[in-house]
Amino acid sequence: MAIFYILLLFMIIAAIIAVETKNLLSAVICVGAIGFGGSLMFLFLRAPDIAITQIVVEVLALIILIRATISRDLTFISGDREFFGTVVSVVVLFVIFMAAMRVFDNTMPQFGDPVFGRVPEAASNTYLRQGLKDTGATNLVASVYLDYRVYDTLGEATVLFTAILGALVILRGKSRKRVEEPDP
Amino acid sequence: MKGMTVIVRTVSSWVKLLIFLFGVYLILFGHLSPGGGFAGGVVLASSYVLLMLAFGRRFVERNLPLPVASRLDCLGAFLFVMVGVLGLLKGGAFFVNFLYAKFPGQVGRLVSAGTIPLSNLFIGLKVGASLFLVIFALSLFRYDTKGPAGLSASDGAGKPGE
Repeated sequence: MAIFYILLLFMIIAAIIAVETKNLLSAVICVGAIGFGGSLMFLFLRAPDIAITQIVVEVLALIILIRATISRDLTFISGDREFFGTVVSVVVLFVIFMAAMRVFDNTMPQFGDPVFGRVPEAASNTYLRQGLKDTGATNLVASVYLDYRVYDTLGEATVLFTAILGALVILRGKSRKRVEEPDP
Repeated sequence: MKGMTVIVRTVSSWVKLLIFLFGVYLILFGHLSPGGGFAGGVVLASSYVLLMLAFGRRFVERNLPLPVASRLDCLGAFLFVMVGVLGLLKGGAFFVNFLYAKFPGQVGRLVSAGTIPLSNLFIGLKVGASLFLVIFALSLFRYDTKGPAGLSASDGAGKPGE
């Protein structure tokens, strides 16, 4: 269990650096470090599917963000933060945190102990027991997202398709001619 | 986007094939081991992003032209929906696992689990092509924001307004 606290500490430090640093490139790299810590956590929680997706998306998003950062002339943030706003947000976050601690203290299960393990007739337990027999897929994650709940996957594919369509319509067109010019 | 130094080029020319193969593995074995269509597709796209960063955009555009990538994207989405429609025709409901009777679950066999590997394949194709397209569009977008030179050059494109 200690590994989770070490990872959590690592991620919190990376998040603080990402917020506080003036160099945008360092901030992007720190965001990637947070994602890397999260994927390690998923790996230790025995969810390799999510770990693979997490690390892949974080690394790819990191590359895109780095390219977007380097292409701008402005890579440093200047100016001071407002003291009053910082104090107010810290107080509000602390109050919300204390309220959540009070509410969740007795009801939340232990970390790494999924809540569906307590209820024998939960849908997740049915998937775990019947998944191989019903769908034939050894990877139960695949049997859930491509057989039991394939409509979710269809919706996700539709969302991605529409997003790509919109992005291409907005970003293309005028840019085609500029490709011919030499790189600066 | 210009390419990088010769060190980056050499290393990425060795690594690109391994990354691509890993993506193909993730997609094909998605129903047997961790992985699946989405993660494998992102890995496929990231191999092309690596090439784009190392060798420049024009190299990638020669390898995988935009119309081809766009068509792969559409093909993946179309075939994935076709799996569902075939389930409707053969099994009676949308997205029925209609191949399950023919290829039942055998632990560790590549050809098993009915339509799940097929769906994984199509989703991987779709996700890889679309992420590649998004990154390509974003790297093109950089040129439009360069100021008045970009505005004057775009006048000849015959596209008035935004």
